[in-house]
Amino acid sequence: MHNQLRFIIAAAALLAANAALAQDAKVGSLVGDVHQGQQVYRRYCIGCHGARGDGLGDNAPWVDPKPRDFTSATFKCRSTPTGTLPTDEDLFNTIGRGLHATAMPSWGALTKQQRINLVAYIKSFSPRFKEEKAGDPIPIPAESPATAESVHRGAELFQKMNCWSCHGKQGHGNGPSSVGLTDSKGFPITPYDFTSTSQFKCGEGSHDLYRAFMTGLDGTPMPSFADSLEPSAAWDLVHYVQTFGTSKGRVKPVPAGTIRASAPENRPSPADSKDKAKAGGGSEQQ
Amino acid sequence: MQIPVLKRAVAALFVAVVVSLASRPAMAIPAFARKYGLPCSACHEAWPKLNNFGQTFRDNGYQLGNDRDAPIYQNPSYFPSTVRITPQWHMENSGRTAVDAVPGNASSGLVESRNIRSSGFDLSGFDLWTAGTVSKNISFLVLPSADATAAFHFESFWVRFDNLLGTHWLNLKVGKHELDLPVSEKRELTLSNDGANYQVYHFAPGNPLLPLGNGQVNGFGLGNNQLGLELSGHSHNSYTRYAFSLVSNTDGQPNLPSSSGYDFYAHLSQAVELPHMGLQRFGVLGFRGVVPTYFQTANGAVISGSGAGDRSFYRAGAYGIWYLGKFDLSTVFMHGQDSAFLATGTPSTQVLPAGGRSATWNGGFAELHYNPNPQLVLVGRYELIRMAQQGFPLGTLLTNNHPLFARFGNIDNYVLGYRWYPIMISRGGLAWHQEYSWLRSLGTAPLSGLNVAGSSYMMGFDVAF
Repeated sequence: MHNQLRFIIAAAALLAANAALAQDAKVGSLVGDVHQGQQVYRRYCIGCHGARGDGLGDNAPWVDPKPRDFTSATFKCRSTPTGTLPTDEDLFNTIGRGLHATAMPSWGALTKQQRINLVAYIKSFSPRFKEEKAGDPIPIPAESPATAESVHRGAELFQKMNCWSCHGKQGHGNGPSSVGLTDSKGFPITPYDFTSTSQFKCGEGSHDLYRAFMTGLDGTPMPSFADSLEPSAAWDLVHYVQTFGTSKGRVKPVPAGTIRASAPENRPSPADSKDKAKAGGGSEQQ
Repeated sequence: MQIPVLKRAVAALFVAVVVSLASRPAMAIPAFARKYGLPCSACHEAWPKLNNFGQTFRDNGYQLGNDRDAPIYQNPSYFPSTVRITPQWHMENSGRTAVDAVPGNASSGLVESRNIRSSGFDLSGFDLWTAGTVSKNISFLVLPSADATAAFHFESFWVRFDNLLGTHWLNLKVGKHELDLPVSEKRELTLSNDGANYQVYHFAPGNPLLPLGNGQVNGFGLGNNQLGLELSGHSHNSYTRYAFSLVSNTDGQPNLPSSSGYDFYAHLSQAVELPHMGLQRFGVLGFRGVVPTYFQTANGAVISGSGAGDRSFYRAGAYGIWYLGKFDLSTVFMHGQDSAFLATGTPSTQVLPAGGRSATWNGGFAELHYNPNPQLVLVGRYELIRMAQQGFPLGTLLTNNHPLFARFGNIDNYVLGYRWYPIMISRGGLAWHQEYSWLRSLGTAPLSGLNVAGSSYMMGFDVAF
């Protein structure tokens, strides 16, 4: 009788463990299912990310930047500190938002259940998700006012922190260090061109940009500035970077020319008015 | 002793081949996969049927919203073209057809054959289409289509200005386009002669007083591509959608062959996500059109485009598309009405025949899909049309001397089939298609006034490159 009881308890524990494995992604009330996620992955993702999630799908040779290798569990867009695993919500949001300036489109047309199922399946590619917990999301303090002074301080930080060396003095992504950059897998990578769009890689809001500064984009040369930037300074930098793009009301209007013209190091160079590809990396080495 | 071993080896090889084919990942459709590098199954539940992601892509003007939308980002050698054709074997059964009593002798009188059967290898029509963007937010589609003899016509040809004023809610399409129907007839999963069209999209009551009882004044079909404008919009994920079309009353025929009337179409739909079930969509649609009841003539010959005496007709409907895991069920209800002049084939300059009135009917279909994986889909459909009011009084003698009855012209249609997609690579796709359909209309036998039933069976390879 005791043996039977033990057997029943063991079987129940096994079933519970299986259920836990099969539902190892959660966002709000949504619970992801690995097996369902596999079907969704096969339908939508396999062409680029590959059957093994290693980013070596059939289309990968023609995709630039290269598809994410899920087996390394290294993700650009996180709310968690650099080097840590993303939260389920981070992955869920990335799938829904897509990654601007890459071949990864927004999958917002999928149902939320499909997306959380995908998160569950994507996590199954790396043992890290079984061995480690996701990092704690970094705190994001309330945004300081986007005043002209804040933008000016941000311009100085952009210079001081050497952001320009990769992203270019005008934010075109063509700074002197932009040549020869590679990602963590050795593939060539170019710094983001802030002037090309109102969107950024990990979201278009001020908070998304702040988060990217503080978490870094893991797997790329973009480091985390969490240890070197005070929150107020990070907001200043956000406000300055937002002046580069074709922003649509994200930042309060700044009188044209007053900020960038007042920073001598930010005077437009002839190369900045040319095609980015032609300007290359060395064009801004004045 | 060697034969059983050989048999087992051959059997094992066959199983291995089948398994390897069956487990191949579904890959891209021809034209857009080359542009975006996405699997074809990303946009298609089972091609050519779109899923919601594909619908959103289409609603966005064939744009994903990433940096690959504008052609300037493409390799200059890229050209978005696709061809599609379906070599097949099929068998057609046509019941109760009027034939000459003596074959070849037109004066021998007509008799009703019980059934005419034909079968053999054949070709489908041929589509050669190109579509994409000519610039960011300006999309286009060109679709010359040929019948099996290679006689071409423009099935579709339009330019669309997308995201006007920076919003998804304003898109303007100009040209010959498919009306934004609840279930696209251009993307359906059935291909056989009796099963390829949705009856409710094309039905108009035949004039029973014309010879053979098949006369039809109003040849309009919702499923036919129409010439005109379409204003449409959608939410970011296309859960909410609308479309209004203003089209010439030519039923999509070029060269203005009809009158100068215009038709209107509207379609509104909303989708909601139900937990553990999927996306459920429901909506309403309506079409209001006019058809000329007579033409100017010269020596008795109709002068094209001189139609006059327009009289109206309308179609209205509601529908739901329900997903439950790997099953989805499309349910469409339609109501139609043709004015008394159209229903009785009477020019508006003349008095209606005694008792003449508008014809009305109701119809609909339920189509079930089972999609166990992106490479296999099973299809079943039942469709019916029920006359609610005949254009002529009941009891009116038809040309075959049988009295008109209330259910005259009712239609029932069953379709059953499956499509298997063993090959879907980034340059093309191949589907093995098998289908059986059965169609019956009540009381329309030309001589006996009995029911007419026919069936189609086809199997073939649907090829898209």
